[in-house]
Amino acid sequence: MSSLDFSTTIGNTWFPAPTFTASGCASSGRELAQFFPLRDMGGVVTKSVMSKARNGRPTPRMAETPSGMLNSIGLQGPGIDAFIAKDIPYLVEQKARIIVSIAGETVEEYSTLARKLRSVSGISAIEVNISCPNVENRGLVFACDPEASRRVIDGVRRTIGGELPIIAKLSPDVTDLVSIARGVVEAGADGLALINTVLGMVINVDTMRPHLGGKTGGLSGPAIRPIAVRAVYQVHAALPKVPILGMGGVASGKDALEMILAGASGVSIGTASFGNPTAIMKIQNELKQLLIDRGFTSLNQAIGFAHRPEAENSDA
Amino acid sequence: MSHINKSAQQLLAPIISNKKVGQYQQIIINVGDLASLCKPGNFVAINVGGSSSSMILRRAFAISRVSTSATFGGTMELIVAPHGQGSKWLCAQGEGVVLDIVAPLGTAFGIPTEAVPVLLVGGGYGSAPLFGLAEVLNARGCRVDMLLGASTGTKIYAPMEGKRAVNSMRIYTEDGSMGQPGRITDPIAELVKDLDIAVVYSCGPMPMLSAITTITNSLSVVHQCAVEEAMACGIGVCMTCVLPVASDDGSVSMLRSCIDGPVMDGSKVQWDQVGKQL
Repeated sequence: MSSLDFSTTIGNTWFPAPTFTASGCASSGRELAQFFPLRDMGGVVTKSVMSKARNGRPTPRMAETPSGMLNSIGLQGPGIDAFIAKDIPYLVEQKARIIVSIAGETVEEYSTLARKLRSVSGISAIEVNISCPNVENRGLVFACDPEASRRVIDGVRRTIGGELPIIAKLSPDVTDLVSIARGVVEAGADGLALINTVLGMVINVDTMRPHLGGKTGGLSGPAIRPIAVRAVYQVHAALPKVPILGMGGVASGKDALEMILAGASGVSIGTASFGNPTAIMKIQNELKQLLIDRGFTSLNQAIGFAHRPEAENSDA
Repeated sequence: MSHINKSAQQLLAPIISNKKVGQYQQIIINVGDLASLCKPGNFVAINVGGSSSSMILRRAFAISRVSTSATFGGTMELIVAPHGQGSKWLCAQGEGVVLDIVAPLGTAFGIPTEAVPVLLVGGGYGSAPLFGLAEVLNARGCRVDMLLGASTGTKIYAPMEGKRAVNSMRIYTEDGSMGQPGRITDPIAELVKDLDIAVVYSCGPMPMLSAITTITNSLSVVHQCAVEEAMACGIGVCMTCVLPVASDDGSVSMLRSCIDGPVMDGSKVQWDQVGKQL
């Protein structure tokens, strides 16, 4: 077996593997830790935490769709104080690398969350979720508005200072993703998480009403993978130096490789863990082998490979 | 606070028998030593549709019974109603098919520390896990009485051998096609008083569990119910299967039926708030 440098870097932070949980798909970490050690993957991206405890949306919160699912959780969570007191120490104790995902209703809330996290040790990066589709007012999705996106990231950057990398999580439900990506990078984001779920709806033909309690939900799973690959590809083409965490329906090593080739520096796994609690370990092992099979000696060489002209590709 | 069922394992488990029992399918799978970890009330999450399926989520099924035999080692029995695409696929799988399972998941029915009289109430195939529970309660020395109900007789699940561990079994159907005509909830209040019941255990559709709670609350008898809510993962990560549940201080929060349930204290579940915005 040839040697492979499987590590990746986001901002100034090094991760031994390019595999992460997707925000909102690992709960507190304790649940997946029954099935594999959390430190064995690149890192845990936590559920997006808000200032206050939140109950989330009414049930039904889930609808399975062909090769995908809609969820309508609405950011249920313990709030930042309980999160820092209970969840972070657990993840630190597990020696997991931690990316804390934050979500707010206002620009100020994001800054407040960043201020509380600034002094917490053991955090590798902050994901700023400006694209959760399950909020009461769809107009509040910051990531649909270039100016609002910029203000949120700017506020977090100023609060957090220069040390912790900031990853902005964007929505694919926009007209011009590249301009929003460029805006948040200019405002201080070190990396991008692409993509959040795609807004969708299922109508129950028996009740003849929307199936989900929250009416609309976020579509995830392999059904959205081509959208995610396209988003990663487009943004990497425009901003080749900005590290991207690619996500959206990654369920195998092959899917992960697709994201890497499109330009992702790492992949997040979400819905696949619902169907298979050890999906992340499986994907990690498969991706490693696929890279080796293709003659790569480092993950880095494969990032954005699909953008290179044919002639260059021949001497991989 | 949530307690994760730490004995959960992911396993490839072959089907050793699959046969029709009335309107349901009885599926027995070989799970080896895992059988000893399963308690009445626990459930199993099973991959459906094969590796190239468009059904990406596991399906959760109540474990109706586990046993250990010399021939097969540890086995797990499921009683499945072929309702949706996933359960239809499972019901169509023959002997020898290997299933990807995660079990045991969730909370189990609490067993009384003393030999008190108990009443088991099962709606439709919700009765299936109650027979395994009856055996455990019987071994504890409890007198076990059972009530089964459904809309019609063909939906009653009551295997012959299941009657061994129960003192009495009454059946109610809404159309009167089996047992006595009426709803399963009709005789509960009287039975609780006459038999001096200490604990009511129930499993079945949510409206039935809610109706039983109304009765048990007025009689101040303990009600342990196995709830049913749509789940994506079964292991506590997706947050879809939540129910409004009161804690001891009275505050209500959305608890996961896969980790804080499926067995819950009926009196704590806020039935009138299910499906509403808290």
